[in-house]
Order: sequence, then C-alpha cells, then structure tokens
Amino acid sequence: MSEEDGIEVFRVESQELLEQIEQGLLDLEHKPGDAVLVASVFRALHTLKGSGAMFGMDDLADFVHHCETAFDRVRKGQAPATAALVTAVLNAMDFMRALAEQRKAPAEEGERLLAALHAAVGGAAAGAVEAGAVAAGAAQAAGTPAPVAGAARYRIRFGLASDVFVNGTRPLPMLDELRALGPCRVTAVTDNIPPLGALDPTACYLGWDVELRTEQPRDAIEDVFMFVRDDMTLKIDVIDDAVVAEPQTDAGAPPAAKAVAAEAADAKTVRSDATVRVPAVRLDELMDRVGELVIAQARLKQIAASSADLNLRSVAEEIEHLASELRDSMMSVRMVPVVQLFGRFRRLIHDLSAETGKEIALVTEGETTELDKTVIERLADPLVHLIRNAADHGLEPPAERLAAGKAARGTIILSARQTGAEVVISVCDDGRGVNRARVRAKAEENGLIAVGAPLSDPELLNLIFQPGFSTAATITNLSGRGVGMDVVKRTIEGLRGALELTSQPGDGSKVDLRIPLTLAIIDGLLVRVANARYVIPVSAVEECLELTPAQDLRSTGRSFLTIRDALVPFVRLRELFRTGTKPDLYQKIVVISTGTDRIGLVVDQILGDYQTVIKPLSTFHAQVGSFSGATILGDGSVALILDVAALTAQAAHHDSAPLRAAG
Amino acid sequence: MSTQVTREPTKLRDVSASGLLEGKDFLTFDLSGETFALEAILVREVLDRSPETNVPGAPGFVDAVANFRGRIIPLADLRLAFGLAVTEATQDSRIIVIEFNFEDEANLIGLRADKVFEVTTITPDSTEPAPRLGTRWRPDFIRCLAKRAGEVIVLPDLARIFTVCGQPEHAA
Repeated sequence: MSEEDGIEVFRVESQELLEQIEQGLLDLEHKPGDAVLVASVFRALHTLKGSGAMFGMDDLADFVHHCETAFDRVRKGQAPATAALVTAVLNAMDFMRALAEQRKAPAEEGERLLAALHAAVGGAAAGAVEAGAVAAGAAQAAGTPAPVAGAARYRIRFGLASDVFVNGTRPLPMLDELRALGPCRVTAVTDNIPPLGALDPTACYLGWDVELRTEQPRDAIEDVFMFVRDDMTLKIDVIDDAVVAEPQTDAGAPPAAKAVAAEAADAKTVRSDATVRVPAVRLDELMDRVGELVIAQARLKQIAASSADLNLRSVAEEIEHLASELRDSMMSVRMVPVVQLFGRFRRLIHDLSAETGKEIALVTEGETTELDKTVIERLADPLVHLIRNAADHGLEPPAERLAAGKAARGTIILSARQTGAEVVISVCDDGRGVNRARVRAKAEENGLIAVGAPLSDPELLNLIFQPGFSTAATITNLSGRGVGMDVVKRTIEGLRGALELTSQPGDGSKVDLRIPLTLAIIDGLLVRVANARYVIPVSAVEECLELTPAQDLRSTGRSFLTIRDALVPFVRLRELFRTGTKPDLYQKIVVISTGTDRIGLVVDQILGDYQTVIKPLSTFHAQVGSFSGATILGDGSVALILDVAALTAQAAHHDSAPLRAAG
Repeated sequence: MSTQVTREPTKLRDVSASGLLEGKDFLTFDLSGETFALEAILVREVLDRSPETNVPGAPGFVDAVANFRGRIIPLADLRLAFGLAVTEATQDSRIIVIEFNFEDEANLIGLRADKVFEVTTITPDSTEPAPRLGTRWRPDFIRCLAKRAGEVIVLPDLARIFTVCGQPEHAA
C-alpha cells in the first residue's frame, strides 16, 4: 500500500469517526450522562487520535487528545457530560475535520476551541460534586464500575498472542501506560520461552506480572489493552481490599471478563456485517458495462426472434434473464439508505437553533428508503437550503409561536418514502406558512409578474422558485445569500425530479421533492418523429391522444388543445426539429407535465415502452437544450431523450420558435 | 498529496505552429479532395460509416451522434469548418474516432472523412506555417502545412476548430 493509499484510507476512516463522534454528541445533548454514548464517543476519539498519529497528523492527534481527555474524565465518572462540554466539542468538530483533511486551519482557532473546552471541563469539575453522583449512577446502570474513591492495588497478569508483533503491537508502551496510572512493579513471565532452537525471533513469548497501585478505576487498566483485548489473556485482581470493593466482584463473573466478552461480541457483529469499500468510479464503469450488456442482449434477442434455431432462442432467453438480474443487482449495489443524508442535518439543525435562537426539533421518517448514491450526493445541497429556509423563514420565534397557540419548539419533519419508481423526500415545518401577500409584493417589485396580475394559489407559490426571488426582508446569515429556491429547483430538475410547495397560512409549509430512483436507467416511451426515434421519460407522460385532423388543421405554429376543459398548448416536434418531412396521417399527442406546466408533443408514431440506459451527451450538445441525454436502442442506433423540463419551459415562455436547422 | 487520477494528456499544443519537434506518425485522410493529417496517437479507431442520429438544434459542424462501443460520441464534420463541399457518403467514407481533450474533458469525437489513406511520418523540415494570405481557409484553423511528394497536407488546429465551430451561434 503506498502512502497515498494510506492517507486516502485514513481520510475515509476519519470522516466516519468524526461522523460517529458528532452523532454521539448530538444524542448526548438529549440524553446527558448516557454511559454507552459517552463510551462510544470516547472510543471514536481515541481511535481518531491513534490513526491520526499513525499517519503523521500530529496536529490532529494533539487536538483530539484534549477532547479525548475531557471525555475520559466523563467516562470515568470524574466529570459530568455537561451541555457546555458537548457544545464545546461539537464546535470543535469542524476544526477537527479541517485537520483530518489536511486543510489549512488557523492555529488560533484551535487555541480558542481548546480554551472553550477547558472552560467547559473546568466548569464541570467545579460542579462535579453533585453532578458526579448522577454520572456515577448512569455509569452503574450501564454496567461499568463506579469510580474508586481511593487508591487500590491490583495484580495484573497479561500475556499477548504470539503473533502480536505482526500487527505492530508493542508491549513496552503498554507497560509505560500502566506506569503512568500509578507506582507499579513489573515482572516478566518467562515460563513460555522455548529452547533456543525452537525460538521464533518474531514471536512474543513473554507475559507480564504487574503490581499496580492506582487511584484510577479498573476501566483505566483495561483501556491500556483496548486494542489487543481480543487476542490476549488478561487477569486483573484486587490485592488490597482496604478500599471500596468493586460492586460487581461478588456478583459472579468478574467485570473484566464480562467487558472482554462484550467487546468480543461487538467485534463479531462488526465482522459479520463486513463491507467492501469500492470507489464510485468503478461502480460507474461496471454500470456502463452492464448497460452495454443490456443493449447487446436486446440485439441478440432480435436476431434470435428472427431465427428458426431453437438452441439460439433458448440461449438468448437465458441471457435475457441473466442480464436483467445482473442489472437489478447492479442497481441495488448503488443504492444507499437516505439515513446517510438525513444524518448530516442533525448538526445543521443544532447550528440553526443556536443561530436563530429558535427551538427546533428535527424529526426524520423513512430513513431506510434507498436512493442511488449519486442522487443522494446531489440532494444534500438543496435539502440544506430547504431546511435553512424552513428554520429561518418558516418557523416563528418561540414567543410568536406561543401566542399562536403552538408549542414553543418548532418542528421540521424530514421524510422519505418510495412510490413506484420515485422517492418522495419532504421537508415540512409547522411554522407560519408562506406569506402570500409578501410573495406577491416581492414578485411585483422584482418585475416577475405584472402588478395585480391574477394568479392561482399554486402559481403564486411557485413564484418562489423563480430566479432572483428572495422574500427575506433582511438578509441573514442563513438564507438570502443570493442562491435562492431557483437553484434548488434547477438541481432537482437536473436529477429529473420535480418539486412542489404546499403551504397553509399559519400551519406551516411543505416541500415535496420527487426524485427518480436512479439516474442511470429510466422507463421511456419510444416515439417516432419523421424517421428519427426519441425517448420521452414515462414519469413525465400524462396521457397519449390522437391529434384529430380538425385540431391539426385549425392552426399551424402555436396551437392549443382542449383536454377535459383545460387548455393545453401543443408543439409539433416535426416542426420544432425541422425534419422537413410530411406528417403521418394519424399523428399522436403525448401530453407531458412537469407538475406545474403541461404541454402536448405531437409525434408521428408511438412505438412503445422502452427501458433506457441513459448516456450523457457530449460537450457540444449539452447546450442544445431539448435533450437531456441519449440512449442506444436494440439495433445499435442512438435515440435522443427529450428534456421534458426544457421543452415545457420553451413552450411556456417562447412562441415555440423552431430550433435552428441541423446541417 | 492529491489523489487525482493522472491521465495522459493529449496535448496538441505541444506541437507548436512553428514546427514539429521531431518526426511523428500522422494519419492522412481525404476531405473533398484535400489531404489532411492528424497525429496517429490521437486516433482510437477508424470505423465504417454507421447509422447516425441527427441532433436537432445542434451546430451544423457537430449535427449528429453515433454509437461507438456503447458510448455516444458526437460526429464532427471538418469539411464544414473548411468550407469544403459535403458530398454523400460513399464506400470509402469513414469515421475517425479520436480522443481529444476539449474544455478540460477527454472526449471521444468522431470525424467524418471521405477516405482514409495511411499512417505516415511527417518531419519538421517538411512543414511550413500556413500562409496568411492566398488561402480560402481561415488561417487560425490550420496549424501548419506539410509537403510530401509534391502534395500539400493540411494539419488542422482541432482545438481552435472545436472551440469556434462547436458554438451554437456558428450554426451553418
């Protein structure tokens, strides 16, 4: 493994550890004194420090060391997990992230954070007398021994596995750590050393007997062996029982053994849940290959269908099965639960709560819903924006909420659910709702609508997604930085999704994001215009109709169609694409919608359903606008995928001017 | 400590207009009776003309796409850039698939050719810069001219051509 690889591994691992620490801290806010949480935060900090030091990131190791020390005291019941301490460490999270990613982090920032941390710990020490009892109670409840009031003498006998050096474990620092706990006498146990001829110089044959006098609890001794406990023999006995006896010693199994057993069980569950880290690029490559296989298989199927050879037909059928199974499992590999995404927002809510002075509770639902990994990544920013908006504009300050008869604490509900081939992610708040009058005033001021223009309620709400719209009267740190809801809308549409805002004045607002399960494959409707074939995403298709000769004759250029008393504009793709051919006798209209706008597309023929592997268009064709991608058909030729959002926008805002002719 | 994927950059500009640093292999091909040449190292494959799909609204210079081993590549027509006659495809027509860095992305691009000749070595001493006058072609589209056996071979400046002709407003 090269150094680069190692650093990369560390980067990924540290991110996970930091995530774990952050989640633990956030949980601690609600359950202060929970010994299991404290222990998990401590462990993560400890591991982070260790691997940081291993990769030469001394700044990080030093810094984490202080946090670890603070948590060590909490864990041992010497200090309570105060809100101040949790906040201090939470505030230091970003600094640690910067250090872990080897970004430039100002040293004075670190000092400031450490000072805050020390203040929190110091403050905790002062209040330790009464709070200590609480923590001790909690610690006991979790099965860890209570702190020992005075010094105790322990006899520690330990032996390491013979291949322990292979893993880089060194016994000397362990002994040093034991010495650091208190005065001790170390005797080497040499019983197991074989005759010189049989001695393997790389094996560890020594054991140690240590007599230690310490004020630290037994945990501290066990911690010395934290990383080797699975593979060693360890016996810790209290020699001098002049001090308080361990509460659990007379309850049967010695606590050390219990702890070891629990640890081993932990390790086992981790192992059985084995995962493989694969760079996303490789998954994409694999997906490409699978896509090609599906295309090749479709060709094989065509050939087999026109052949009388039964053997060929049966092989073709088998391959069809295998290809579709392969595609399904490939898709599932790319799927990750949205909890990965939702988890990030707990910190955001914590910060928002502090910044706005509003009490905010985040409720998440449907975290197990799965989405394509790339989609999840691209959803993060829009969701941050929506949540900021909900916290900043949506939720009222506590006083206002109480006056309105609501609970002082506002709630933001983040939920995910799957419906068919879509996942709906909702951000819902119980705030004041969208102020229609202000939206209208703002839109009129910005020239988005004419003064006094008659607008339906959904139309009015949708103005929020127009570029250059921001209702915040004062620009705060949270929202109104210029990037508005239009960016959110564009990102979602870029994912071939749609979004919808609903709002009840006084009762809050809700934004629904409808996202296709994956970006790689869509269900398409294959249509023919002149002699070219195009794909329309089925998710956007509302219905297919026939264009009657009467409707056809009524107008050229821009036309309207009446569908159940609603006027729907329609566009002749033949004219838009300037094919220069005569229309078919019976033309069809495919009505597509983006949720708000609806248009009909006139095509020559509807060829049927087609599962489509989406391929991007090149740089040259990215700006053409009418197409969101392309796909390869069964016969190896290319069909373009229509960009529904762009076409409806074109039809809605322009007089559907024909595109420049190709060629 | 960056972990960037290092990709062999295909730099046409390495070979500056002042001349070629040393003899390199070039693929020569015919466009409406004129002989052109490209560094052979850029060429991924030479294909028979296969089904093409027109992209309505695209610049005329890159008005179609094709399926190249499961990837969808744009097809460019250098004849339009040089104002040459665009004739119907014949038995000799080929698509030259090149891998080319354009706008910081490695693209596969298909170039239409009326005929593909051979791979040949062009030495710096046989080249000269494009004449500023007396040519009906845009001089900035030509990197240099090479003379071989009394014949003039045009070395096009692909980066320049793609930048200018790939823009929507340049639609022919």
